[in-house]
Amino acid sequence: MSNVKVEEKLFQNRYRVDVGRPHVKIKDADICSNACAQQQCTVCCPAGCYTVEGNGRVVLISDGCMECGTCRIICDEHRNLEWQYPRGGYGILFKFG
Amino acid sequence: MREQFDAIVVGAGAAGNAAAYTLAKAGLKVLQLERGESPGSKNVQGAILYSDALERMIPDFRDDAPLERHLIEQRMWVLDDASFVGTHYRSDDFNKPPYNRYTIIRAQFDKWFSQKVQEAGALLICETTVSELLMDGERVIGVRTDREGGEIYADIVILADGVNSLLATKAGFHDEIAPKNVALAVKEIHFMPQETIESRFNVSGEAGVVIEMAGKITKGMMGTGFLYTNRESLTIGVGCMLSDFKKQKITPYQLLEQMKQHPSIKPLIEGGEMKEYTAHLIPEGGYKAVPKIYGDGWMIVGDSGMFLNAVHREGSNLAMTTGRTAAETVIDLKNDGKPLDAKHLAVYRSKLEDCFVLKDLKKYKNLHQVFHANPYFFNTYPELINQAMHELIKVDGIDKKTKEKNIRSNFTRRRSVFGLVGDAYKLWRAFE
Repeated sequence: MSNVKVEEKLFQNRYRVDVGRPHVKIKDADICSNACAQQQCTVCCPAGCYTVEGNGRVVLISDGCMECGTCRIICDEHRNLEWQYPRGGYGILFKFG
Repeated sequence: MREQFDAIVVGAGAAGNAAAYTLAKAGLKVLQLERGESPGSKNVQGAILYSDALERMIPDFRDDAPLERHLIEQRMWVLDDASFVGTHYRSDDFNKPPYNRYTIIRAQFDKWFSQKVQEAGALLICETTVSELLMDGERVIGVRTDREGGEIYADIVILADGVNSLLATKAGFHDEIAPKNVALAVKEIHFMPQETIESRFNVSGEAGVVIEMAGKITKGMMGTGFLYTNRESLTIGVGCMLSDFKKQKITPYQLLEQMKQHPSIKPLIEGGEMKEYTAHLIPEGGYKAVPKIYGDGWMIVGDSGMFLNAVHREGSNLAMTTGRTAAETVIDLKNDGKPLDAKHLAVYRSKLEDCFVLKDLKKYKNLHQVFHANPYFFNTYPELINQAMHELIKVDGIDKKTKEKNIRSNFTRRRSVFGLVGDAYKLWRAFE
């Protein structure tokens, strides 16, 4: 299988990033590192916004977010996300949808 | 001065537009709020438009709506790793106007629909995110937006805010969505010359084909894939229940990439130029997952209310029908001078129970659990059926009776006789 990079896919998309005001935040990074065994957001996010570092820390960069809601819903054991839609006009802007 | 509307509609997708259009047409003072830069810029769909639901509001939509292809052929494939068993239904009756179904591109279609809404007299404000509902005790009296001084009031707030249904969750009208009640779908749009699409799919003019797929492409997860023909592009995607995605280690884009490599799919999309990659949740929880959809001063329409028929891949028609029905309920109550409270809005739910929307969801109310509890349907059976076809068709000097015996023993080895009978019973119960 070709080892596809999600960045190449996201490159085709149009965004207006609200710099410095991410619409999704991890509430408590320690919960991700210590209490969450699966860290499934790092697998399920269709934009690959979540990555896990060597020390087990989950890092969220929401610039490529397509605002689907997957991460919020699968985080049902810890409810460790503060998830809102971006401010009006910001975020993903689908060309075709 | 406090700005007061008859109705506020949150969202300018299929459901929100249907609601706002119907309300405005009846002469009500309607405000519609959309968080995207224009209607459609936040919306994702396969996308198939079912004429019936739109026709009931805009009978002459075909005159100027941006439609891609009318569908004359439906293919359903059950895939193994390198093969598929399928049915094709193609009819010239579907090739005669007025056409029954079309592929559409949502960003374009939603803009068109919104234009109609505005022509009907609704006020649309884009780039405005509603942050919460304004309450007076139990009653919704308006919305707070992310604009300065952004408090706006109305007699009724119609929530067409999409599958995530954040506003109703925040207001405590229902719980956070469960992973078992939504599917995550990812899709791409690939552009190629019109002639290429027409020769590959054996269509001409504006006719088109849809392929719905199930089987090994979802790696045992409950889900389906699809390939739709647009005028000069194809959309290809795959979706699986979030509860299943949660339990495994394949990313959604890897799943899509592997599906695109399937030997039966690859040649159909070859040479296309990928111009957008999208992801969206699909509310597939069915009848039992439909939340409370009305209360004092509020109603829920479309995806936000879980109005989607996963079996028949219908969503936009349920969205439009719930949007229109909610609006008609409001119009009737206003005309009768009755309050828009939970007691009187209950008629909205009963109208939906009496029409295809909840009748269809009710019909398949058990299907969800059956498939959740039986991953065989998405893994083992597709494999067995494909192997059976292979055995039957391959000519290799083995007599047919022995071949049949081999097929039978293959089935019973994998699922046991009791397993097979049980699965058949469950399937019958699910679709009954």
